[in-house]
Amino acid sequence: MNAPEVIIDARGLTKSFSGRVVVNQVSMQVGRGEIYGFLGPNGSGKTTFLRMLCGLLRPDSGSGACLGLDIVGQSDRIKTQVGYMAQRFSLYEDLTVTENLGFIARIYQVPRRREAVDEVMERMGLTRYRNHLAGALSGGWKQRLALACCLVHRPRLLLLDEPTAGVDPKARRDFWAEVHRLTGEGLTALISTHYMDEAERCHRLAYIAYGNLLAAGTPEELVAAQGLVSFEVQDHDGARLAGELAALLGVEQVVPFGNVLRVSGRDREAMLAGLAGLKARGVDVAEVTSSLEEVFISLMAKAEVN
Amino acid sequence: MAGFFSLARFAAMVAKEFVQMRRDRVTFGMMVGIPLMQLILFGYAINSDPRHLPTAIWDADRSPFSRAVAAGMRNSRYFDVVRECAGEAEADELLRLGRVQFVLTVPAGFGRDLVKGQQPVLLLEADATDPSATSGAVGAFRALVDQALARELRGPLAGLAAAAGPVEVRVHPRYNPEAETRYNIVPGLMGVVLTMTLVIITGLAITRERERGTMENLLSTPVRPVEVMLGKIVPYIMVGYMQMGLIVVAAKYLFQVPIQGSLTLLFVLSFVFIAANLAMGVTFSTLARNQLQAVQMSFFYFLPNIMLSGFMFPFRGMPQWAQAVGSVLPLTHYLRLVRGILLKGNGLAEAATHLWPLAAFLAVVLVIGVARYRRTLD
Repeated sequence: MNAPEVIIDARGLTKSFSGRVVVNQVSMQVGRGEIYGFLGPNGSGKTTFLRMLCGLLRPDSGSGACLGLDIVGQSDRIKTQVGYMAQRFSLYEDLTVTENLGFIARIYQVPRRREAVDEVMERMGLTRYRNHLAGALSGGWKQRLALACCLVHRPRLLLLDEPTAGVDPKARRDFWAEVHRLTGEGLTALISTHYMDEAERCHRLAYIAYGNLLAAGTPEELVAAQGLVSFEVQDHDGARLAGELAALLGVEQVVPFGNVLRVSGRDREAMLAGLAGLKARGVDVAEVTSSLEEVFISLMAKAEVN
Repeated sequence: MAGFFSLARFAAMVAKEFVQMRRDRVTFGMMVGIPLMQLILFGYAINSDPRHLPTAIWDADRSPFSRAVAAGMRNSRYFDVVRECAGEAEADELLRLGRVQFVLTVPAGFGRDLVKGQQPVLLLEADATDPSATSGAVGAFRALVDQALARELRGPLAGLAAAAGPVEVRVHPRYNPEAETRYNIVPGLMGVVLTMTLVIITGLAITRERERGTMENLLSTPVRPVEVMLGKIVPYIMVGYMQMGLIVVAAKYLFQVPIQGSLTLLFVLSFVFIAANLAMGVTFSTLARNQLQAVQMSFFYFLPNIMLSGFMFPFRGMPQWAQAVGSVLPLTHYLRLVRGILLKGNGLAEAATHLWPLAAFLAVVLVIGVARYRRTLD
């Protein structure tokens, strides 16, 4: 294995659309073999950032390199080594699985095309659907086909824009297993997502809101850095208790989780003081580690205030 | 419980349609623009009894009588005498190129024979490729000649004027002697069909990529814009030639249109016209946001093409402004080119005069299209 090399190196990338800053001075370094998760609310600039990396958009300012190539001047050479999967299903619905893969392979001028297509179909389990029209596939299989199309030219970097949106849990799990296998083979993946369980499957994460990169690091680092304190409160009478908790000093979020309410905030002392009253009434309260979701909601709330 | 028909639900539906109609500017423009366009075209531009048709005179006689006939033509609203020819060859050339609609030939000795009462012949040759353009003028010609000569035939010659027909007027409808409208329509249809299908098809071909999101995928691959554009256009060039072939076969065997010129020449020169239409379609597709808009734009383009090009109505029957608009449209020139080759047997030199406006149109549209396409990349 080679020494770790930087596959994505973005520095201060900025992009505006008609005066509105969509990506604001975002920097990001992704190393070889990493799965880098890219999170943020809708419209936060994730897609724009990914499009800048693969040469679909030109940044207004800042610089960036993908695979050691400049994203502005050398985007043609980047394109040959990147597999980009758009948010929307963007293959030809009126072509079959084989025809779609064959077309992509020809565009990339893949040598020994038929073998390459057969190989990737085999790998993604698409062989039995080879003569089906892409438009007739179910959501999960469409997504597999889209991933296969990203892989057929054997890229070194995958840029996947919300690849699992609208896909069932089993298909999502298979998808992530495949991504882990691929990165194990030396591929690097930058994946945007909304799902917290997927975020936890990433080696490192970045959180972006309103165009600003708010936090980056491993999931554990992100949780630790926010200094968020969380408690689980046994919920006996639902709505009334939730209202009561939200009114307590220091409480920033109250989220129902089945039979418990999760409460979190930054000021541990104030929260403990407030929760003491509940304990006295015989309500079970236990301190727990904060989840990524709580960390991200808290980050977003902070970003909104600013 | 709401019954079979709820006024509230119905009103909600109507209100929603109005909001959507207002948002879709192109459709809204169509709803106002199409009736306006049709009103103007049918109301002002279209005239099925064309006047002021360009005419050349070959006067081999140069007698007071021949000059009287020429003056009569000049005074008539049907004929505009644009040229006095020096010989038969020149007159013939003008007719073949389509510069004039009529050539009047006054034979040598016309005046002498007239005075002798020998009923000399006046020959009016008409470019009858479009019979409807000439019929009115031809009908008026006979009376015009009699009237013009009546003024000359006075005194001792008055007897000649009184006799029925002091001269014999012979009308020779060239290129389409039986005045068959289908001879005119069928070759013209070639241009119309090519315009309609090619503009719409290419307009759709690229907007479809954008609408379905496949364009994004394409742009993320190493494929170049030029490769996408040409890759889209080339298959439809073949479609265009297929359509042409079909129409030529139908024209020959189904409609018995006499084919005078070279089909090879027609097919080669048609390339410019096909390319112009495809470029127009591509340009529409860079302007349209979705497939519906692309179709609407094509329709907007198609309407003046079919009305002002001389396909449906005689070109020379239109007022000056409409002719000016028509002269910009590629179909106008292509119709002349096709009719010239198929009906008049035009060769390369004659056909080329109709080719350069097509080439100019192609160049302009292509520049707009490519400029627009580049911009939409970002």
